[in-house]
Amino acid sequence: MKYESLPGFVEERVSFGETTVTIEPERMRDACLQARDELGFSMLCDIVATDYLGWGGKGVSGYIATASGRDLNFPSTQGLQTLPELKPKRFSLSYHLLAMRQPPERVRLKCWLDDGEQVPSVVSVWPTADWHEREQFDLMGIAFSGHPNLTRILMEDDWEGHPLRKDYPIGGEPVRFSDAQ
Amino acid sequence: MTVAPERPTRDWPYVAPPQYEGSRIPSPIPTVLPLPEALAQSGDVLRINFGPNHPSTHGVLRLIVDLDGEQVVGLSAVIGYLHTGFEKTMEHKTWWKCITYPERIDYVGYQNNELTFVLAVEKLLELETPDKAVWMRTLLCELSRIHSHLVYLGTSALELGAISMFWYCFREREMILDLFEMVTGARMHTRYFQVGGLAEDIPDGFFPECRKFVEWMPRALEDYLALLDRNQIWLERTKGVGLLSADDAVALGQTGPVLRASGVDWDLRRDEPYLAYGQLDFQVPVYPNGDVYDRYRVRVDEMRESTRIVDQCLRRLERLKGRPWIVDDRKVVLPPREELHTSMETLIHHFKIVTEGYRVPEGEVYVATESPRGEQGCYLVSEGGPRPWRVHFRAPSFVALEATATCTHDALVADLIAIVGSLDAVMGDTDR
Repeated sequence: MKYESLPGFVEERVSFGETTVTIEPERMRDACLQARDELGFSMLCDIVATDYLGWGGKGVSGYIATASGRDLNFPSTQGLQTLPELKPKRFSLSYHLLAMRQPPERVRLKCWLDDGEQVPSVVSVWPTADWHEREQFDLMGIAFSGHPNLTRILMEDDWEGHPLRKDYPIGGEPVRFSDAQ
Repeated sequence: MTVAPERPTRDWPYVAPPQYEGSRIPSPIPTVLPLPEALAQSGDVLRINFGPNHPSTHGVLRLIVDLDGEQVVGLSAVIGYLHTGFEKTMEHKTWWKCITYPERIDYVGYQNNELTFVLAVEKLLELETPDKAVWMRTLLCELSRIHSHLVYLGTSALELGAISMFWYCFREREMILDLFEMVTGARMHTRYFQVGGLAEDIPDGFFPECRKFVEWMPRALEDYLALLDRNQIWLERTKGVGLLSADDAVALGQTGPVLRASGVDWDLRRDEPYLAYGQLDFQVPVYPNGDVYDRYRVRVDEMRESTRIVDQCLRRLERLKGRPWIVDDRKVVLPPREELHTSMETLIHHFKIVTEGYRVPEGEVYVATESPRGEQGCYLVSEGGPRPWRVHFRAPSFVALEATATCTHDALVADLIAIVGSLDAVMGDTDR
């Protein structure tokens, strides 16, 4: 149980052969620093956020977002056979770390966030986090505190909303010169 | 080729002395080369847009470059011009329809992306694939790697004035595309990997044609080296240009050829074996200087090693003729067509998979493979339903472009083209 000594350690789980260590969001940077310096995770592979809004809703499997919300009558959504495990907060933020040694080791550090809750940036730990954090800010609206340049990266600078959120519908962008206008 | 004979126990995977002292990663923003204050005041600095429609940016990369004469004094990369929302789209497709999307993300190394996604779904389903599928996937991924490196080599050399390289590389690329067409019916975006195995059996005619390619390719590599490797213009424009030290490369998350050209002996195919790589004999080329030239050498050597791997896969596959190419799991894989006429049960399974799609157990996985550009990761979250809850790709091109600012330290404007080419970013992969 070498991960227990990480700052802000909450729990450690293994599923599908992958270790997931949950960390309190405000201690995320400290935990990453310690994972890099003491546990040898020299490389940050990826930062990815997931929106769990509507997770495990009854009668629906998969999330069919429309402009008015979740569509219960969408074809071929016959419900889940078992309800999935409920999540503590709306967003999960996962850091995939890699220790380059023999045998190699991977771990997923994870924290749970509500909408608008801040998490400290890890750009000072791994410079590669710069664009990863900007991407998660842009597409998922995760607020990283202490990031030197937290601007949109994939969407246009004046884009409204965060497209990968579950309440952001497909086909949701306004169309010019449509019948309604 | 520098192959680490005995790995030093302390410093492995580093095999090279540092290329320069300290770190050159700009501060405070690691991906932006800041214009020095004194120069900004002088009024001599010219700010230009390099891209997004410049042909040698390999797509729609835009670099905002500050020039003091020929010298690059400030740089920031702007991406997102090719953002197509693949990840969002995939949340709305059933698992088996999603397979077409990853190929279009990195449209030069498409088989590798497809593989990463399929492996991730199989990890969630805990499916074992038949031998034939494992070896054929390995073979196609290596062909795809050669294809991708050929496109890199051809276009990069073209940009630096070696026009004939382009024709030579595309000659061999054509052979690979013909092989893809023969197996899958499509030259690009083949969608040949299914969850559980392959979409169809390998046609008999593939083996002799692929054998011809394996015999031809080493000679073609000799041609490339004869054209480029003693070409003074090529050497002067690539050696010592775009330096990236091993420490900086790791800090910037670089993977694949860029990392190995900086002297880090790291390859997921060997160090974290997936598919059949654990049973194959191949070497991982590592070069110590971290410049454009070394990235070129790593890729050329990788093509040679990939040809050897293709050869070994072919030998193995020839012994697997007549064996199943996809797992016989009726909950996931479409049943054989001929059974549909006689078996009610088969018809039900067929109907369920086609209309609703198969269900994938709840969970989250991250699968990483070595694509031609480096670590291609796929993060999947499943709710237990017929659609993915979240799909995310760790795009090696996206990460490679983060190193642009570090590599352009003290560069001239003409070097920019060599540097961007050597990072081998595919904009579809970068922007997803």
